[in-house]
Amino acid sequence: MNVTNIDLSLLGIMLLAALWTVMGRSLLKATIGLALTSAVLTILIFRLNSPLAAVFELSVCTGLITVVFVSTISLTKPLTHKEIIEMSKNRHKRYIYLPLILVLTAIGLVLLKIPNDFAVPQPPETPLSVQNILWNVRHLDLFGQIIIMLAGAFGVVTLFTERRKDDR
Amino acid sequence: MPAILILVPLFGVMALNLMPGKFGRRVAFWFAAGIFAIQIALAVLKGHVIWSGALDRFDTLFRLKFSGDNLSFITLLCIGIVSLTSLIISRCTIRDEKESFKFINILIIASIGMCGIVMVDDIFSLYVFLEISAIASFILIAFSKDINGLEGSFKYLMLSAVATVLMLASIAILLLTSSGTGFSVLRNAVALSRNSYMITFAIGLFLSGLFIKGGLVPFHGWLPDAYSAAPAPVSILLAGVMTKVCGVYTLMRLTSSVFGFTEPIKNILLLVGTLSIIVGAFAALGQNNFKRMLAYSSISQVGYLIVGIGTGTALGMMGAAFHLFNHAIFKTLLFVNSAALEKETGTNSMDRMGGLSYRMPVTGTTSVIAMLSACGVPPLAGFWSKLLIIIALWQTAHYSYAVIAIMASVLTLAYFLYMQRQIFFGKLKSGFENLKEACPENTITASLLAGITIAAGVAFPFVYNYFLVQIKDIIR
Repeated sequence: MNVTNIDLSLLGIMLLAALWTVMGRSLLKATIGLALTSAVLTILIFRLNSPLAAVFELSVCTGLITVVFVSTISLTKPLTHKEIIEMSKNRHKRYIYLPLILVLTAIGLVLLKIPNDFAVPQPPETPLSVQNILWNVRHLDLFGQIIIMLAGAFGVVTLFTERRKDDR
Repeated sequence: MPAILILVPLFGVMALNLMPGKFGRRVAFWFAAGIFAIQIALAVLKGHVIWSGALDRFDTLFRLKFSGDNLSFITLLCIGIVSLTSLIISRCTIRDEKESFKFINILIIASIGMCGIVMVDDIFSLYVFLEISAIASFILIAFSKDINGLEGSFKYLMLSAVATVLMLASIAILLLTSSGTGFSVLRNAVALSRNSYMITFAIGLFLSGLFIKGGLVPFHGWLPDAYSAAPAPVSILLAGVMTKVCGVYTLMRLTSSVFGFTEPIKNILLLVGTLSIIVGAFAALGQNNFKRMLAYSSISQVGYLIVGIGTGTALGMMGAAFHLFNHAIFKTLLFVNSAALEKETGTNSMDRMGGLSYRMPVTGTTSVIAMLSACGVPPLAGFWSKLLIIIALWQTAHYSYAVIAIMASVLTLAYFLYMQRQIFFGKLKSGFENLKEACPENTITASLLAGITIAAGVAFPFVYNYFLVQIKDIIR
């Protein structure tokens, strides 16, 4: 499989979006960053010929995990503007080395030249259709996904209901 | 069986929430109790004709397949007992009907997640059910919505996310060499590339993720905060079974069914297990908060499980499986008693308690039984499981690890004796003159759990023949 410049660009955009998510001062922007990261990752997975994985990524990560993540964080005590700026400074100090670590890790992995010294499986002669995979091979995971969504919904109901009462 | 333990609770939860008026809320407790009771009965009746009859037909209807063995049945039994205990204790700690309904919904979801982990034979499905359990845990830890609960939940969320990344990266690498995600396919693929650096790296990543999930040293930072900050029924669920199923059971299953017991894996498990035993025991010694002490004690006891697995022998696995069951029972019992103490005294600080066994005799007596089992005092169940693990260590010539395991039991005895002295023995502290015994839900549950601890120890030959002997088959 050839990795094109578009794929590499998408990878770069995804990393930037992920960094923005972690280092941004606004919770809302962080959420948008997370959704963007997930969306770019979905495109990347589609381009790498794994539509099933892309669908799962899009549905689970972009939707549910974001909701659970935000609902948990948003229940913490709201900060004043001054505290937000102070916290943002500290966060920048804390994560300033993150891009550097990423680059060094990438260089390290290239220099290490870890050999692909494993047996590669033969691709199936007749690939299964998406329908066949979803309904016959991975139907237990579909139930799993339904349960995850249900868990997320209960999480929002449990953690947000009281919040609304407080807000009033 | 997957249908009855996964789909029935799933559709049941949906139905409870769709019922008009308050009917769903009123029957939720009994529905959940029924599910957990059936689960306990099914796990005990392993191999019964019911398995190949009605349950099989039920599964065929949904085209689901279960490949269970005795390790699965023991774990399902633990999940059933601990979930039922958590449910019963919630009845006297969460009084509000609406809140109780929310708790029961998430408890059932958590139980579905754990049952799924135990019943699947596919690494991706395993990951899906690990996530279900994790999401349910985040919500349950933050259930009381106070700052400590949110902090504990947030820490667990962050570390769990790291574990997820590690495990997903590992699955991705393993998929490069395997044509599928089923355990048997993966096992063959890993065996073919046994000396590959990439495969070793992938296995290391997955093990690290599981160490985080299991709260093992040095990945244990989240565990004391989560256990101590969570409401009592949630602490029971987390300490009793959640971390063991997500971390330890998964580790046992994957090492025996996929990764294999290679020397590096065994050495890593022995090292991490021993570190957890020592660090957990010493940290527990320094605690004044009852729940935090129990949390550190859990780290130490889970260390024994990992050391048992690390021997890579049938005896070690049997010991680990039996200790998994024993720890689930006696730690649940201790957390049930901590719930009673917290409710009646309004504190978790051991310094502020004293002489409580005069006022709470059932709580005091059952605590002693749980403590003695945790320390490995014969003939209680904890003695036999620790003995199996230590014999397995000795047989595989890991003498130093065996000695450390024995010495750490003395440390366990030290911190539990300190706990008993501070809380239950001595003169009754002023202010507790009018203290009453815990509610009947607490005392009856504690008595039953203490009974199980004694019975499993006294009837060890039966337990060994009925549950443990067949565990040797999982080592391939």
